[in-house]
Amino acid sequence: MAADEAAALIEIAELTKRFGRFTAVDHVSFRVARGEVLGFLGPNGAGKSTTMKMLAGFVTPTEGTARICGHAVQTDSLAARRTLGFLPEGAPTYPDMTVAAFLRFVAKVRGYAGDELPRAIERVVTLTHLDTVWLQPIETLSKGFKRRVGLAQALLHDPPVLVLDEPTDGLDPNQKHEMRALLATMAPHKAIVISTHILEEVDAICTRAIIIAAGRIVADATPAELRAKHPSGRLDDVFRQLTEREAA
Amino acid sequence: MRTTLTVARRELAGYFATPVATVFIVIFLVLQGALTFNLGNLFTRNQADLAPFFTFIPWVFLLLVPAITMRLWAEERRLGTIELLLTLPITQTQAVLGKFLAAWAFCAIALLLTFPFVIAVNLLGSPDNGVIAAGYIGALLVAGAFLSVGAALSAATKNQVIAFVLGVAVCFVFAVASNPIVTDFLSHAAPSLAEATRRISVIDRFQDFSRGIIGLRDVIFFATFIGFWLFVNTLVVDARKAA
Repeated sequence: MAADEAAALIEIAELTKRFGRFTAVDHVSFRVARGEVLGFLGPNGAGKSTTMKMLAGFVTPTEGTARICGHAVQTDSLAARRTLGFLPEGAPTYPDMTVAAFLRFVAKVRGYAGDELPRAIERVVTLTHLDTVWLQPIETLSKGFKRRVGLAQALLHDPPVLVLDEPTDGLDPNQKHEMRALLATMAPHKAIVISTHILEEVDAICTRAIIIAAGRIVADATPAELRAKHPSGRLDDVFRQLTEREAA
Repeated sequence: MRTTLTVARRELAGYFATPVATVFIVIFLVLQGALTFNLGNLFTRNQADLAPFFTFIPWVFLLLVPAITMRLWAEERRLGTIELLLTLPITQTQAVLGKFLAAWAFCAIALLLTFPFVIAVNLLGSPDNGVIAAGYIGALLVAGAFLSVGAALSAATKNQVIAFVLGVAVCFVFAVASNPIVTDFLSHAAPSLAEATRRISVIDRFQDFSRGIIGLRDVIFFATFIGFWLFVNTLVVDARKAA
């Protein structure tokens, strides 16, 4: 446990976001260590994306702090962002750009130059299988390819911390399988947070899951421990039990 | 600086990846040509200068510059790419500056393409090319001033139409700030403001340039004006993160 504490790459403490009188995220705290894949679950509107946006530094929290690799996201923002690979909700990319131009842009912003630049790009293109669409404008790609371009962008600098908002949304079963396999190979070396609606995914790749409802954490446990919370032993029953109670 | 230029280059390439660049440049040249020749009587005045050209250019910019800036931030917000841009290791200032420089470079390209006017007056007479060069520098500064206003307004909304309409309206206020209609009204209502507005008129400041005078005060005015609005731009981007 002590080793885990020391290796925590993501530390969130009392993170809170209020929009006017509505509290989207309510004093959320958790830590993620290297080697962990944290599944971030919850109904739509529970505050998953807002929490991830605050972690990535896109949304300023009302209260609380987020740290990535020890760098406070708010006050040491650039250092935190350099160690973070972030896939925003819906995997937004510039539609007019080709895959090549887009990844080159991200690589340059990430500080790659000279020989390192093509090498870094080649690595993620191989990882995410983008070689066949290399010179196509992103707007002409299928949903699965677009998501992979978004992922390639997040993986480009081989970051120690990955925050992926619904990485498998809109992928076909084969692509989902591939995405999970890819995350599994990277998992031992990184701290990964993924949000998802697909509970089987939690069993497939997550070492731990947090369920959030109405902005509050209602469960933080391993998938096996979560399953034990309901007599049926099924994750979706547990999910419903925990989140419906909260909503009621 | 390198990051700023990377952002600027991506943005500028974006103009040329779509018909935006072609449509804008063609319309700009047609409009500018029509006004200069028809309303400005460039040829029939029988004078070898570009005075009519420079009389109309701020007004053409007033209409077209907000069309360039309306998408600058609003489009990123609509596509969601703003989330990507602002979570890359880019500071707000670099993002704001990069986008502004791209738009400004684009205006410079459009201005450069008006070179046939310069050739024409040089073939027909012997104009003072120094005056013409000063006029071009002034025109570029006017474009920069309007761009900085439009960019800041674009950051406030995800709706491009709103960004455009607000851009034209606010630029118009700064264009005509020294117009008697405005100053007369203000000297009754708020006399202290009247003098201030006379000093912030973009078109007044431009007049000197088009007469061939590059005044230090005017250059400082434009630099301050642009700097102020770029600063507002970063504030707006920041405020939207906390909203």
